[in-house]
Amino acid sequence: MGWFKRIKEGIRTPTTEKKETPEGLWYKCPKCSAVIPQEDFTEKFCVCDCGYHDKIDSATYFKILFDDNKFKELDANLTSGDPLNFTDTKKYVDRIKTTQKNTNLKDAVRTAVGKVDKQNLVIACMDFNFIGGSMGSVVGEKIARAIDYSIKNKIPFLMISKSGGARMMEAAFSLMQMAKTSAKLTLLAKAKIPYISLLTDPTTGGVTASYAMLGDINIAEPGALIAFAGPRVVKETIGKELPKGFQTSEFVLEHGFLDFIVSRDELKEKISFTLKYFNN
Amino acid sequence: MPVYLDFEEPIQILEEQLEEHLKLQDEKGVDTSKIIKEIQKKIKDTRKELYSNLTPWQRVQVSRHPERPYTLAYIKHITDGNFIELHGDRTVKDDKAMVGGFGMIEGHSVMLIGQQKGINTKMRQYRNFGMPNPEGYRKALRLMKLAEKFNKPVICFVDTPGAFPGLEAEERGQGEAIARNLFEMAQLQVPIIVVIIGEGASGGALGIGVGDKVFMMENTWYSVISPESCSSILWRSWDFKEQAAAALKLTSTDMLENKLVDGIIKEPVGGAHAAPKEAFDLVKKEILKHLPKLVEMDKDKLVEKRINKFCSMGVVVEK
Repeated sequence: MGWFKRIKEGIRTPTTEKKETPEGLWYKCPKCSAVIPQEDFTEKFCVCDCGYHDKIDSATYFKILFDDNKFKELDANLTSGDPLNFTDTKKYVDRIKTTQKNTNLKDAVRTAVGKVDKQNLVIACMDFNFIGGSMGSVVGEKIARAIDYSIKNKIPFLMISKSGGARMMEAAFSLMQMAKTSAKLTLLAKAKIPYISLLTDPTTGGVTASYAMLGDINIAEPGALIAFAGPRVVKETIGKELPKGFQTSEFVLEHGFLDFIVSRDELKEKISFTLKYFNN
Repeated sequence: MPVYLDFEEPIQILEEQLEEHLKLQDEKGVDTSKIIKEIQKKIKDTRKELYSNLTPWQRVQVSRHPERPYTLAYIKHITDGNFIELHGDRTVKDDKAMVGGFGMIEGHSVMLIGQQKGINTKMRQYRNFGMPNPEGYRKALRLMKLAEKFNKPVICFVDTPGAFPGLEAEERGQGEAIARNLFEMAQLQVPIIVVIIGEGASGGALGIGVGDKVFMMENTWYSVISPESCSSILWRSWDFKEQAAAALKLTSTDMLENKLVDGIIKEPVGGAHAAPKEAFDLVKKEILKHLPKLVEMDKDKLVEKRINKFCSMGVVVEK
């Protein structure tokens, strides 16, 4: 017999009265639930000891890959033109403005050229923070121009994908970016310049169905969601629970669509190593 | 029993009246010929008026009309029956949602490919509602490569609610299959003419949609997502499909205005299903108008022009 008797079930504290720890001090891993000081976690490029890779932005990928974090950014001033004057619950132009302010980004991809272990490389890297890394005209155009730069200067091209797919607010314009980027990649292929595609969490929809799957080498970070149709849609279609590990990098590798999986701490080494085979 | 769309209610009422008067004349021997003529004229006028002012959502409805002709019907009439269907992707299986084969159009030997919907409940299941699996796209690519080898032009008919979002489709690389087609079609060394004859939903449509000339029939739609799904994602409710259809600018006129397609093929009044034969002839005429010119073009120039066309799509601001 206990000393106290519970008279009310569950936690009754209203959300407003909850005492939160200040944001950004600790990181709790969604996979293994380990709690790590945020600073330590950032230092490890947002990879937990259990192997969980959290999303990182283009700035961090550039820092990981480019020697001494030195690079020249390409076409940094391209922004969206709202060709359809699109409005859903919010105006698209306002959505863009707010997102630009909150993220300090111009759109969902940044392109740059620099050196990786002293080898030249053009990198296009997507930012998930910018409207879910969605692909609109700016993403398509910047990737196309980065490929042009690669062809002109005979420098290999690395695409780091992280996207929910095409951007609905640019409708068919977004759709055509799939054709546009794929068409550009044929020119890169004809020039026999290597193209490495790195798929990170998540890579879905129109991005998977265009440039992300077209690498001379397709690689991915561990545990990333890689899909054409997202898991919720597939689940609704088949009306059954999805098998464990469905649409993860490991699953996609098993089915033959990836060359290898690389963890973030080995990313630079592996990319550099791969480039050597092409460049030698 | 004809199928009426919700906005076609005035036509339905008139046609029911017509039916009654015809019956009256037949059974009771009453002379109603004058009224019948009047009603027939009214039906024609009403249909013309309704169809000249369709909203984007109504066009989406017409594009999905269950009596609308599908790819094989177009192929049959355009080739006058001179068509031999080819099957299989040579890897997994034969996808019934994607059809294709060699055909003859007025003396031109061509490769015809397209998504195929079913004409009744049983066939709709057999055709997987026009939603191809990866093997469908790979079958289409195999046929395009075959056409390229023997220097035959390719004609694609697009009519799909999307690539199939199933478990096996994901396992077999739906994304890769579509991406590969976009890549290969960009460089295909023969002319490609694409006609959207119904629904043009997203990557599933574009997977056979990279053409030198891309035409939309008047009452079709082509966009990155269906209005329903767009409504559910952006408005978080299924009730905003009309608004979504308008916002997406997915009709043939909007798409042409935005230079995302090359032309519109007119449909008979009341839509392609109202007078299929007429619709087939209009499509055939448009194909024959462009085919000879494309065939004569220098191959490198053809491919370069195709790539440049798609690469110029998109609106960006450079500051």
